[in-house]
Amino acid sequence: MLEAAAAAILIAMVLMLVRALIGPTSYDRILAANSFGTKTVLFIGLIGFLFGRPDFLDIAIVYALINFVTTIALMKFFRYRSLQAPLASAGAESRDG
Amino acid sequence: MVEALYWIGCGLTLLGALLTVVGAAGVLRFPDVYTRIHAASITDTGGATLLLLGLGLMSGLQFATLKLVIVWAFIMLTSPAAAHALANAAYASGLTPWIGEFRIIKGATPDAKKTGNAS
Amino acid sequence: MSGPLAMLDVGAIINGVLLVMLVVLMCAIARVRNLLTAILLMGVYSLVMAVWLTVMDAADVAFTEAVVGAGVSTVVLLGAILLTRSETAAISWKAMIAPGLAVLVVGGLLVFAAQDLPDFGDPASPANAYVGKLYLEMTGGDIGAANVVTAVLGSYRGFDTLGETTVIFAAGLGVALMLGFGERAMSDRERGRMPVNVSAGEDHVVLRVMAKLLIPLIVLYAFYVQFHGDLGPGGGFQAGVIMAVAVILHALVFGLDATMHAVRPGVARAIAALGVLVYAGVGIANIVHGGTFLNYDYLFPPGVEARLPDAAHHNWGQHFGIMAIEAGVLLTVAATMITVFYGFAGRSAEAVAVVGGDDTHGQNP
Repeated sequence: MLEAAAAAILIAMVLMLVRALIGPTSYDRILAANSFGTKTVLFIGLIGFLFGRPDFLDIAIVYALINFVTTIALMKFFRYRSLQAPLASAGAESRDG
Repeated sequence: MVEALYWIGCGLTLLGALLTVVGAAGVLRFPDVYTRIHAASITDTGGATLLLLGLGLMSGLQFATLKLVIVWAFIMLTSPAAAHALANAAYASGLTPWIGEFRIIKGATPDAKKTGNAS
Repeated sequence: MSGPLAMLDVGAIINGVLLVMLVVLMCAIARVRNLLTAILLMGVYSLVMAVWLTVMDAADVAFTEAVVGAGVSTVVLLGAILLTRSETAAISWKAMIAPGLAVLVVGGLLVFAAQDLPDFGDPASPANAYVGKLYLEMTGGDIGAANVVTAVLGSYRGFDTLGETTVIFAAGLGVALMLGFGERAMSDRERGRMPVNVSAGEDHVVLRVMAKLLIPLIVLYAFYVQFHGDLGPGGGFQAGVIMAVAVILHALVFGLDATMHAVRPGVARAIAALGVLVYAGVGIANIVHGGTFLNYDYLFPPGVEARLPDAAHHNWGQHFGIMAIEAGVLLTVAATMITVFYGFAGRSAEAVAVVGGDDTHGQNP
């Protein structure tokens, strides 16, 4: 049962990797990397239960958080070419220092 | 009762994994960035919910169940927000959605600036 | 569940698929010319490595690979290519012949030598039969930690870990000396030269709310990993990097100068030095109380340990010693990662901010 689910998630990871390699725009690639990360989280959780080591869920939790940060960093870099400018708030022209 | 829960859990886990594969296939086959974002984020979050729920039912109530709930909460928080940010950035940078008639032809890629009002 | 035979086949298939993914990723990384794509694919490569390490049951290493390779490394590399061009130069295939031959020869030699390595998990191999077995047997009595990796890292090989922590501190110092301490971004802002808001006119309310929600959770999780390192995968290194990721998320969403007002660069440097000081200080405390350097059995003055509850069955010296050095490692690693990020991101004030898209998103690599 769990092996079948693990194999299915592995197939999904391979398919997402194909999109990361061929995606014509960079947004496709960033989407593929983010989705690959979420599937990795699920895969690590699954093989934790498969091998009888629920400790692996710690790795899954941490990567669920880090995936978000990496996606935001990639998107911000690609869209604004800057890592250090703040993301805008509505109606605000500049930040008070 | 416990046996029934175990088999329901197995079914949910397989369903979640299947949903994830379907989503990945969708990302490969859909023609446009926005449809791909749609496929990836919905199936990722839904598949993760089903899969983690299934794992929780299969393993019974233990400390690891709390960790499964935490993984689920983080995926629910971050995956839709990342998809929103990505779609927002794609739209603001000029990629318009491919609206109108589309056919999935080998080698055809959507033109980034065309709005395509064929229908 | 199924019997062990079915699991063996599934393991081989998983290993094969992961290996193919790694090879394909590596070929793609070598081939693409757009560096953003290369960095993205390197992050995915680190993820596949983390999965493979998990399949091989190496939880601590997988943890570190996932956090460092796919997390912090990607962000710092993005900061690096902000300071240079974002496309590599084209290389003619004639220039690739000699290096290609060298790679083939060395790779072939490595594969040939790998035939002699012992089987994976072989209990009779030299790595597992002598010192490894001793560690597994003696950890319970000597140290009492459930996670043998933390026991080896923190106590049996504590001196190596002190060296690692010092190396991380020195690397942070090197980056800070070469790239500046990031205060340049603060002073440029005051002089009005920095582009204040590259995304003016857009509203990122979802990201800001999400970041405000997630940053305290990430910091809390870093503390969990830090203190849980005795019992499961985790420890000081991973916790330090996770803490730095929280600060990086704050900088990405709210701007570097807001983050620098919260975590000042000078404070970050001081904390990095403090971490190494704590670690070495524990070693000195052992010498002062009659033992050798980093021998935690002598952490407390003689007589104090005997008065702690349950002293006969608990190695309190080891317990507190490992906790203290893990705290030192946490401080140094977190502060160094923050300093490195400040260095790279702070210099990019000179980089041109392109609003409204750029020329690379329509191209193939």
